[in-house]
Amino acid sequence: MAQTRVNAGLDVADVSVSYGGVAALRGVTMRIGPGSIVGLIGPNGAGKTTLINAVSGVVRPGTGTISLGPLRLDRLPQHLVARAGVARTYQNIRLFGGLSVADNVRAGAYRLRSPLSDEGVKELLARVAVHEFDVSRPAASLPYGEQRRIEIARALAGTPSVMLLDEPAAGMNPRESHELRSVIRGIAQRGTGVLLVEHDMSLVSAVCDHVVVLNFGETIASGTPAQVARDPAVVEAYLGTSA
Amino acid sequence: MNALVDFYAKHSRLVDQIGVNAIMALSLSVSLRAGQLALAQAAFMGIAAYLSAILSLNAHWPLLASIALAMLVSALVAALLAYPVRRLRGVFLAIATIGFGEIVRVFANNFSITGGAEGLSGIPNDATTPVIYVGLALVAVALFALSRTKFALAVSLVREDEHAARSVGVDVGAIRTLSLALGGAIAGLGGALYAHSNFFLTPADFGFGRMEQILVACVIGGVTNAAGAVLGAGLITLLPEITRAVQAATGANVDFFRELVTGVVLLGVILFAPAGISGLWRKRA
Repeated sequence: MAQTRVNAGLDVADVSVSYGGVAALRGVTMRIGPGSIVGLIGPNGAGKTTLINAVSGVVRPGTGTISLGPLRLDRLPQHLVARAGVARTYQNIRLFGGLSVADNVRAGAYRLRSPLSDEGVKELLARVAVHEFDVSRPAASLPYGEQRRIEIARALAGTPSVMLLDEPAAGMNPRESHELRSVIRGIAQRGTGVLLVEHDMSLVSAVCDHVVVLNFGETIASGTPAQVARDPAVVEAYLGTSA
Repeated sequence: MNALVDFYAKHSRLVDQIGVNAIMALSLSVSLRAGQLALAQAAFMGIAAYLSAILSLNAHWPLLASIALAMLVSALVAALLAYPVRRLRGVFLAIATIGFGEIVRVFANNFSITGGAEGLSGIPNDATTPVIYVGLALVAVALFALSRTKFALAVSLVREDEHAARSVGVDVGAIRTLSLALGGAIAGLGGALYAHSNFFLTPADFGFGRMEQILVACVIGGVTNAAGAVLGAGLITLLPEITRAVQAATGANVDFFRELVTGVVLLGVILFAPAGISGLWRKRA
């Protein structure tokens, strides 16, 4: 299993996922190239988190393929997908609450051969805009916004090829949400592809190169942020119109 | 020095018991560190005790060889047990593993090779105090060395959040199996040393009461701390002797209070020092 970054994009081809008789995803196709930022938007229940779960190996697609370069991911268990270079964050933060901030960040480098140094931990925290900090504090004791950024730092620690960010701005105040823009751009500038699931359309518009819109598990539109914002199907299903 | 020699002459069995109980507490602390409330340590101990005793009595194996095989078999049994219980967590895992312990006890009660309910007697007493404490020291050194490895990091991640652990590349199933097997191997050492420091074995030695004693030692000492487990084992072994000493000194009949004292200490630790004795010490430091 690859231990370093694969400089290839993630390809999701015709992926469908069902829970019992309920189709959560139907024939979704997308590509996240190295260094690109792809937004995934849609109303609640559209299948956004299901897609992240399928890519990260939490659920297995019924049909379709998911590949990272030449490596098929769709039949691998979750831990091997992570070792292949796909890192993720969660809609509901999942830090190792009883461990220190530093150990949480170090945990992200588990797939790498050598452990992360103290300097490496500080550098990663700086990349997610956490500058002055007692890294020995338990992660669970931090404010929500900082926990979110530490979860991103943990995902970055494994030098992933692709990062899946599930509503990273949720619960953040406007200043933190604004800082997140440069954090996400910084991740992509270093060659990591980013899939951003987010309801904050100003964030999506500011950072994404390409946006895919899901509704009832199906792709209803894709294109640049400006293109999808004008798409009548997207306006009707998700964005709505001002009265 | 003379006082120490005098104490040992009077209480050598107690000193040996503390050593064996400390090894058993360490064995349980390994799976507790991985967040697994797997309570089969008494069963692993019993399997190893009977195996090493039978090897010595029937095949005249030397102590070290019988200990090595007993540890190996205990680890293997623990690894095999990990498979059917792989999806169980918390109290469900506890009940399933206690059930396994009962199965082992029932087998020991009914097999002729284990001597049935009467057990085995005439086991060579070649696990002397130095042998027991060298065993304890080796386990402590091995666990300390392991605490600096990637395995230890994975164990703590699995304890904290299995799902998040998988998301950073930890094979949770393998870590759970390995930690159970490692605990089984250590319990195997404790069992073999127990067999060879006692003249006889019976199935009752490895029942739920033994498991309860090991768990209480870990809780009192500090659930996930190796030094705490050893401290807890020492305290839990000494407590009945202390009450006995009080009885001898005062003439008061404190038999009734013996179990009560252990219960009160346990309750006090849970209420006022949930991280155990070692937690108090770390808080001061």
